[in-house]
Amino acid sequence: MTTSEQIVFSKESLELVQKMMLRYPEGKHKSALIPVLHIAQAEFGGWLSAPVMDYVASILKIQPIEVYEVASFYSMFNLKPVGKCLIEVCRTSSCWLCGAEDIIDHIENKLNIKVGETTADGMFTLKAVECLGSCGTAPMMQVGADYHENLTLSKVDALLEKFKSEDKQSRYC
Amino acid sequence: MSKKLLLKNDHIPNINQLAVYRQHGGYTVLENTLKNSNPENVLEEVKKSGLRGRGGAGFPTGMKWSFLARPEGIPRYLVCNADESEPGTFKDRYLMERIPHLLIEGMILSSFALGAKTSYIYIRGEYFYVSRILEAAIAEAYAAGLLGKNIMGSGFDHDCYVQVGAGAYICGEETALLESLEGKRGNPRIKPPFPAVAGLYGCPTVVNNVETIAAVVPILELGGDEYAKIGIGKSTGTKLISASGHINKPGVYEIELGVPVEEFIYSEQYCGGIRGGRKLKAVVAGGSSVPILPTELILKTANGEPRLMSYESLGDGGFATGTMLGSGGFIVMDEDTSIVKNLYTFARFYHHESCGQCSPCREGTGWMEKIIHKILDGHGTMQDIDLLWDIQSKIEGKTICPLGEAAAWPVAAAIRHFRSEFESYVQNPENIKDIKHYYRLQN
Ligand SMILES: Cc1cc2nc3c(=O)[nH]c(=O)nc-3n(C[C@H](O)[C@H](O)[C@H](O)COP(=O)(O)O)c2cc1C
Ligand code: SF4
Ligand code: FES
Repeated sequence: MTTSEQIVFSKESLELVQKMMLRYPEGKHKSALIPVLHIAQAEFGGWLSAPVMDYVASILKIQPIEVYEVASFYSMFNLKPVGKCLIEVCRTSSCWLCGAEDIIDHIENKLNIKVGETTADGMFTLKAVECLGSCGTAPMMQVGADYHENLTLSKVDALLEKFKSEDKQSRYC
Repeated sequence: MSKKLLLKNDHIPNINQLAVYRQHGGYTVLENTLKNSNPENVLEEVKKSGLRGRGGAGFPTGMKWSFLARPEGIPRYLVCNADESEPGTFKDRYLMERIPHLLIEGMILSSFALGAKTSYIYIRGEYFYVSRILEAAIAEAYAAGLLGKNIMGSGFDHDCYVQVGAGAYICGEETALLESLEGKRGNPRIKPPFPAVAGLYGCPTVVNNVETIAAVVPILELGGDEYAKIGIGKSTGTKLISASGHINKPGVYEIELGVPVEEFIYSEQYCGGIRGGRKLKAVVAGGSSVPILPTELILKTANGEPRLMSYESLGDGGFATGTMLGSGGFIVMDEDTSIVKNLYTFARFYHHESCGQCSPCREGTGWMEKIIHKILDGHGTMQDIDLLWDIQSKIEGKTICPLGEAAAWPVAAAIRHFRSEFESYVQNPENIKDIKHYYRLQN
């Protein structure tokens, strides 16, 4: 995204946004902000740049600051560029009890990055996250909208290969 | 004591589809209610059932509903809390994923009782794929005339929408949830006013957990009195328990309230015992926020009575020797578990999730995380343990929302019941070495 001219939702996304705004009472369409930010993040490269947030503000007819303050509050919104494939490994109690740290170590070694970093080729970002409601199938990780559960090191290897070969942007929606 | 009301059909293939759900009796309770009953009767049945909120606090649902303000000409809302972010809890996900129509039927019935023409299901953003399942089920319900105008010819109109969050535990707190649903940061509101008076968009609102709303269906099917006979004492009905940790069979179990904890952990019907035949060390019985209990206190109360899976029995002894049923997030730890390290994962979680509005919570959660980290790093002192105790005691009761307490209680309980482990880490840092790599993967 270099110039703001390029930041325009696709026709389908725009229709979806318009439809979404009808879910709320008149004048309360700001309620659509979080769902719309998800769509924006998915459509504009996996993160929310200031011009993207300004664009969302203009679509919802609210002030840019109202978008910034929300985008910066929620952990699923990335305010900096991330790798194409965002790997989020849960490290909270139940996952830790079942070996989450081994999973994290393994991915760090495999990709040669630490938690929070992105590979030099921009393919992978590794993030450690808090409980994703998958504690009974621990350890687990989320990539885009997909949950990968009951992880083993070989499962992780196979998944990393798959992500690499698919070479596509992970997205929640 | 196996009794299934919510998950009785969860094994049926394609039960997420409307046609299959209906073949198995789905939406007949709605049809009967809309034809033969009225909102007052529904409220009455829910009151009689003794149902208590399944989100964690256990507040009687009928009473909560009766507090809803009903001024003329102002809309009322029902909001379903599907934020499910309390570590150890995954039952709502299971229910929504498997049987989405049970929740939707419950949403319509509850809205009918409350006079709510619009309802929202606020689901955590990470459960995006579940939100899709719900959206598909809602679309089916609209197409079949179960949502929208004049449902089943009753004259009752209702719209139900799914709203996704974006990663914030605090949005499970009901007023933070409402802020988030209004498109704002998830900062809990100062109460009063309570949502029953001024909730979503300033209108009277009821916020209930997924499981609470789903339970309205079997309550109306059986009748409140019959439902109240299930369970034990004031813990009526069934409860979904999310079981995880070092057990042979992790998963979601529907139990009749009152099952002995020992049976729940060791019987084949439920958790199937501890992995690898090891000994039990401790259990967090109701999600990360509730006090951890060592084996002797989780299996038996301080008086030597068998501990039961119920609000009262788990709470027996107060925090000195008891805990809480909470959200039903049941985390089991075997004999080799480092309680301090487990606590560290919780402390890091609460620090990460504090919304930052109140200084005792914002600063206290950060200090607690740091001190526990310092102990685990081999640099702890005996004073650190006392300092930790002191900090946690200064959060409770001094914050806008209960996240502060939720962060403090696990720290207090770990020190109360496992102080010697903290001390051993301070006195002999050698003991810390193996923690990180103890929990090798199973295969
Ligand atoms: C920090 C915090 C997080 C919470 N998270 C949830 C949650 O994820 N799901 C839930 O149903 N209730 C959660 N609650 C409880 C809600 O505030 C509220 O009491 C509940 O949704 C009411 O529903 P119920 O009466 O049906 O249990 C949370 C409370 C706090 C303080
Ligand atoms: S107690 Fe913590 S989470 Fe709750 S309002 Fe205060 S700072 Fe926010
Ligand atoms: S602790 Fe990892 S998903 Fe719950």
